[in-house]
Amino acid sequence: MNWLRRWLPSGRTVVTSVPYLWLLLFFLIPFVIVLKISFSQSAIAMPPYEPLWQWASGKMLEIKVNLGNFAFLVEDNLYWRSYLNSIFVAGVSTLGCLLIGYPMAYAMARSSPSTRNILLLLAILPFFTSFLLRVYAWIGLLKNNGLVNNALMALGVIDQPIQMLQTDFAVYIGMVYSYLPFMILPLYANLEKMDLTLLEAAADLGSKPWEAFIKVTLPLSMPGIIAGCLLVFIPAVGEFVIPSLLGDPGMLMIGKVLWTEFFNNRDWPVASAVAIALLLFLVLPIMYLDRAQNQAGEDGERK
Amino acid sequence: MQGRSWFRMVSLIIGFAFLYIPIVSLIVYSFNASKLVTVWGGFSTKWYGELLRNEQILNAAWLSLRVAAITATIAVILGTLAGMVLARFGPFKGRTLFSGLTTAPLVMPEVITGLSLLLLFVTMEQLIGWPAGRGMTTIIIAHVTFSMAFVTVIVQSRLAQMDESLEEAALDLGARPWKVFFLITLPIIFPALLSGWLLAFTLSLDDLVIASFVAGPGSSTLPMVIFSKVRLGVSPDINALATILVVAVAIGVAIAGVMMARQQRARDRDAQMALAANQQMIESLKKS
Repeated sequence: MNWLRRWLPSGRTVVTSVPYLWLLLFFLIPFVIVLKISFSQSAIAMPPYEPLWQWASGKMLEIKVNLGNFAFLVEDNLYWRSYLNSIFVAGVSTLGCLLIGYPMAYAMARSSPSTRNILLLLAILPFFTSFLLRVYAWIGLLKNNGLVNNALMALGVIDQPIQMLQTDFAVYIGMVYSYLPFMILPLYANLEKMDLTLLEAAADLGSKPWEAFIKVTLPLSMPGIIAGCLLVFIPAVGEFVIPSLLGDPGMLMIGKVLWTEFFNNRDWPVASAVAIALLLFLVLPIMYLDRAQNQAGEDGERK
Repeated sequence: MQGRSWFRMVSLIIGFAFLYIPIVSLIVYSFNASKLVTVWGGFSTKWYGELLRNEQILNAAWLSLRVAAITATIAVILGTLAGMVLARFGPFKGRTLFSGLTTAPLVMPEVITGLSLLLLFVTMEQLIGWPAGRGMTTIIIAHVTFSMAFVTVIVQSRLAQMDESLEEAALDLGARPWKVFFLITLPIIFPALLSGWLLAFTLSLDDLVIASFVAGPGSSTLPMVIFSKVRLGVSPDINALATILVVAVAIGVAIAGVMMARQQRARDRDAQMALAANQQMIESLKKS
């Protein structure tokens, strides 16, 4: 039986290879295909693009590489403006999440252990209810005869409804609202671990509470801030649902552009080129996030 | 100190109000008799009746629930394996790529994941004839791929917190690795698997963008139907649907919470009994 054992893969190999193969096949290889199709010519066919290589007259391998899609992205300033606007919107939304999420995570981490668990559950619970329906809720709140306008008029703050729906403001609200749990959780995990005796030491040495916060708490919570910001920023750049439900129809967001190229214009090669360009921009933040998470994991193991 | 606890209270109240007011408003207006979602026209449950007669929504909901249940089960199995690999197997060849492949789906914009998976399915169909057409199978594969990443993170962090000496003790006593996994590791990390399953279920039930890319004609999931409806404006039967979902989630989370608390208590009791037995043994040893 020994020869059999030598030839059969070890249990360890099996356990590793099952999820590994799944991710290679359904996550990595698809990007290679997107890259391939981004170099091909669009055609009226199903699927709507011409093959990148084919056997011409049965003998010669004919390869047609078409850089036109990428040239198109560079020439048409619609794409440039969409990329820049998406990055800007995602950046502002990330900042908004940080400004609301940090005080919340801080307050949660400093409450008594029993309330802490309840607050944590309350912060995660909205994440478990439908994202689409939570964005939809804001339509009812923000529209001209919506709850917010009605409340402001009843209070006498304004006498005419303010146009809020279909503006950038509504998109920021929707983004911060939807991505807030992604900011709170890593920040909370970080702040909860913090050694509070450091703050006592700072107080003993004469620093005021806000000084201790700036000089001790804030630098120590930097890994949490970075992880939270990346978890919000990266998906927000490609967001499609929030700008299309809450934003102005003409708002330029790269996720919407990709969607339109694919579904409305049926131009798969250009949609692929848009995806590749977006991916190139996001590769660095994603690698950075992976490194940050591995480091956090190793720190945890050391303790 | 007084001033600071006041600040904490205010930030919690504002934060949670921001998170919950929209959800509460959804629920309140689902009982509104008026079709104008924001004008109160008296209490009514007619939108629930309308929802239950809407066959398009019911069919889509049934498809989405089946997809979500299958997705969550496969994602928990694959995510647990991946979490074990990352937390227990130490360095191996290709680990960096593996860890990157488990992190990237967490943050990858949905439009990219959706487009790339669709192009994969189209290419595979051309090359090997599978999957023939697109529908439930392709949606499940796509959903497993992104939701297993979330399960992996949960399982990995639970394993990192877990006391490894329990597993080592079992191995020292001669148990085979798979036996250790099923008798020691799995029961201890079970709550993490449960929350991973729930999370994968909700993520799948919730996904609009990826499903829109990989679903074929005739296989519209619930979010796809909702999206095409709310694009045209607010409609009260969607509020009724939202209310049902929120109540279901609240019940699900409550049950999971009670189960976890009960397990925790049982574990505490076992630990105390073990301790007491230990004490007794020491006493009897002392006597002899």
